[in-house]
Amino acid sequence: MNYFDTDLESLHNQLVSGELTSEELTKQTIEKIKEQNESVQAYLTINDKAIEQAKAIDEAGIDPDSIFSGIPVALKDNLVTKEMKTTAASKMLENFTSIFDATVVEKLKAAGAVFVGKTNMDEFAMGSSTENSAFATTRNPWNLDTVPGGSSGGSAATVSAGQVLASLGSDTGGSIRQPAAFTGVVGMKPTYGRVSRWGLIAFGSSFDQIGPFTRNVKDNAHLLNVIAGHDEHDATSSLKEVPDFAEGIDQGVKGLKIALPKEFLGDGVKPEIKEAIQKAAETYKSLGATVEEVSLPNTKYGVMAYYVLASSEASSNLERFDGIRYGFRAPEVKNLEDLYVKTRSEGFGDEVKRRIMIGTFSLSAGSFDKYFKQAAKVRTKIINDFQKVFKDYDLIMTPTATSTAFKIGEESSDPMEMYLNDALTIPVNLAGLPGMSLPAGFSNGLPIGLQLIGRPFDEKTIYRAGYAFEQNTDFHKQTPAL
Amino acid sequence: MNFETTIGLEVHVELKTNSKIFSPSPVKYGVEANANTNVIDWGYPGTLPTVNKQVIANGITAALALHADISRHPHFDRKNYFYPDNPKGYQVTENDIPAARNGWIEVKTANGTKKIGIEEMHVEEDAGKNTHGKTYSYVDLNRQGTPLIEIVSKAEMSSPQEAYDYLEGLRQRIQFTGISDVKMEEGSMRVDCNISIRPVGSDKLGQKVELKNLNSFNYVRKALAYEEVRQAQVLMSGGTIGAETRRYDELNGKTYLMRVKEGKDDYRYFPEPDLPSLDISEEWINELREALPEMPESRRKRYVEDMGLTEYDAMVLTQTKEMSDFFDKLIELGSDPKMASNYLQGDVNAYLNDKQVDLADTKITPEALATMIKMIMDKTISTKMAKKVFKAITDGKNPKQFVEEKGLVQLSDPAKLQPIIDEVLAANPQSIEDFNNGKDRAIGFLVGQIMKKTQGKANPSVVNKILMESLNK
Repeated sequence: MNYFDTDLESLHNQLVSGELTSEELTKQTIEKIKEQNESVQAYLTINDKAIEQAKAIDEAGIDPDSIFSGIPVALKDNLVTKEMKTTAASKMLENFTSIFDATVVEKLKAAGAVFVGKTNMDEFAMGSSTENSAFATTRNPWNLDTVPGGSSGGSAATVSAGQVLASLGSDTGGSIRQPAAFTGVVGMKPTYGRVSRWGLIAFGSSFDQIGPFTRNVKDNAHLLNVIAGHDEHDATSSLKEVPDFAEGIDQGVKGLKIALPKEFLGDGVKPEIKEAIQKAAETYKSLGATVEEVSLPNTKYGVMAYYVLASSEASSNLERFDGIRYGFRAPEVKNLEDLYVKTRSEGFGDEVKRRIMIGTFSLSAGSFDKYFKQAAKVRTKIINDFQKVFKDYDLIMTPTATSTAFKIGEESSDPMEMYLNDALTIPVNLAGLPGMSLPAGFSNGLPIGLQLIGRPFDEKTIYRAGYAFEQNTDFHKQTPAL
Repeated sequence: MNFETTIGLEVHVELKTNSKIFSPSPVKYGVEANANTNVIDWGYPGTLPTVNKQVIANGITAALALHADISRHPHFDRKNYFYPDNPKGYQVTENDIPAARNGWIEVKTANGTKKIGIEEMHVEEDAGKNTHGKTYSYVDLNRQGTPLIEIVSKAEMSSPQEAYDYLEGLRQRIQFTGISDVKMEEGSMRVDCNISIRPVGSDKLGQKVELKNLNSFNYVRKALAYEEVRQAQVLMSGGTIGAETRRYDELNGKTYLMRVKEGKDDYRYFPEPDLPSLDISEEWINELREALPEMPESRRKRYVEDMGLTEYDAMVLTQTKEMSDFFDKLIELGSDPKMASNYLQGDVNAYLNDKQVDLADTKITPEALATMIKMIMDKTISTKMAKKVFKAITDGKNPKQFVEEKGLVQLSDPAKLQPIIDEVLAANPQSIEDFNNGKDRAIGFLVGQIMKKTQGKANPSVVNKILMESLNK
């Protein structure tokens, strides 16, 4: 089985008609994942019970009204699950199995999805290459010497390799969109509050959003349909009504006003990327949209503000990993302080410790005003920048990343260079906006991503524009030679 | 050198709600360790808090009782520190925008009434509890997430007695709102003190010392009194007071150094990103204001001015809302205020002390007690008989029925008493002679005989009157 030549609706029809069973589909899916897990290493856990579960769904009958009924789906390993371990790719949670399911997991389960496994990621979602995993290095299916991006590298790679049709990731500063760009798939970070965070192991609570990876735009809309909506467990989840994101997706972009911010096409962006985005702009114009240059002047401070704010939240969110109640506890400790120090020194990897230190410092008495407060002000300014542009425009288009996938090991020694990777995705998280990356070109055999940014809770327009682009290009039809 | 004392108090009050502040776990005591906990209370990965609206309502009620300005958009902050009873590694509290600011209460002190200011009031979550065994320590998270309000006074108290008076005033007001039991002995009210002294006339406050482990108002007063003297002695002998936290030892009445405060504790407060700012409407505040029970001062004023009770009586009756409500109900049911007050302070309080229970936990009802008082007032029963009736009331019996069944109705009809008195006089000529010889003691004997004959039912004042008339004939 490979998912290169199909889509969700076709598979669903095959399952409903009985042409294909979920059991057979899942069996083939698991086989392929296992076969490729040595090269791609997208998974930390492969679900032993997936085939059994698929069989049960077959026996109960594929639900013709639920497009995910019997469809194999992968989950990033920071979404807690009762039936599989949830490690967040950290030694801290190496053997941790949750006693409850994340809301998105419950919703997908109710929709009849079959979970094939938990995907690799940067430890606690901190990173842009999936190299910060405590357990495995995931490789980019397009070139196994390059990274799949991160932190949701496993979820991106498994879709890119054609192992599954859909997966879930999480995005705090670009962790869905950047890997989607690097691996040539579609990745959506919904509006902050669109999807419940209950059961997502927190990194930066005011930034984190769960979102879908798929091979095409419409499938992506279908998956967001399942996971979106208010959740009484999450006080930050929105009460806004959830529209059908797939409905009307083919209405085209005629008359749509698209903004192209000049700050996102600056010197830091590789020429081949700029070129691909300019071409995408031409495509949109040819389809009847207008594309005009705008300015988002404060977004250039985004990376700095983000690393202060997200790290501050992270330093607090990770305090619970103290070796007392669950997870890793360092052996042979002398006293309480020793238990804390050793557990956290041995349990966390370098990047996580770096963020904890940045965050702890930013929140400390002498630096709170200089760092945290300043960063919070920058955040407000960036929000205002976006609001201004959205008064006149329906969408913003930018490159997703400054470059294509880099080589494994190439940037892991320089944290600053790694952080700048997310310069184009971070402002979207700072403003809580929806943003999607979709394939928009290739350079040296590596995919280039186009980022579409929408108004708050207007994922629909993003999908509509993404779909129109996809219908008129063939980047998404190309597949890696594995 | 003469010193003057400055005291400020931080009081934590546990709110009485069904569930915890940020999780649906029940708030209940006396259950097995960790029985009242769930994933949120454990700080389990992937969990998020949601705000219990009742806690916010109770906070507003407290703020209203403390005459404080209520924040319309308060938000929660995280206070970060590591400790095993703090499962998330941070306590969710209000740092930047507290629930209320700038309150005050009026306190009765030896020098009259004094207004003591309240700096601010926070709504926050309680921590769990650690207990230490020989080789292990145990963590019980039942208390984790119990809603608290922290009431920070201004440093406006100038003596240990004033601090005591403030605490009593505060306890009463909170108790009357019904949002907490405010019992020090059960931990639903906890007090930390800050105390400093300075030479009289100095315009700069002295170095303050924090006092902890104060388990009753009395210990608060004693610890402060000890500390006043200790600090003066240190200063008089040329020493300096350190910024420190001291623990009070109940057994010997002294305070001991717990830890020296090196600089300010850095809790790295920042806005809790998991909880949006609250939006508290004017309507909600007004609703809660209207539902606010009458406060103790106002009740005391009524008792003294409208009912003619003494200040002392009024004070005793307003120790708890239950007692005061009970009294008001008695009056509503037609009881004489003085008699109702006497019964509550006498028999009822004695019973509560004896049984170590709260009024609400007994079978005594205002209806029953009012019936009894009415029977005393219309002389249906004697005060002596009333003792038996009260006992029956504590057993949940109907007093009227009890009096009828036991035949306790007082004999006050002169027509019925005269023959009995005549009979007793006829049987005791010696006593009559004694009386005529000026021996007043004879009367007591005769009354005793009459009481005996009537099994104690005779109305003593009527008996006295008829007896004297008969003897003087």
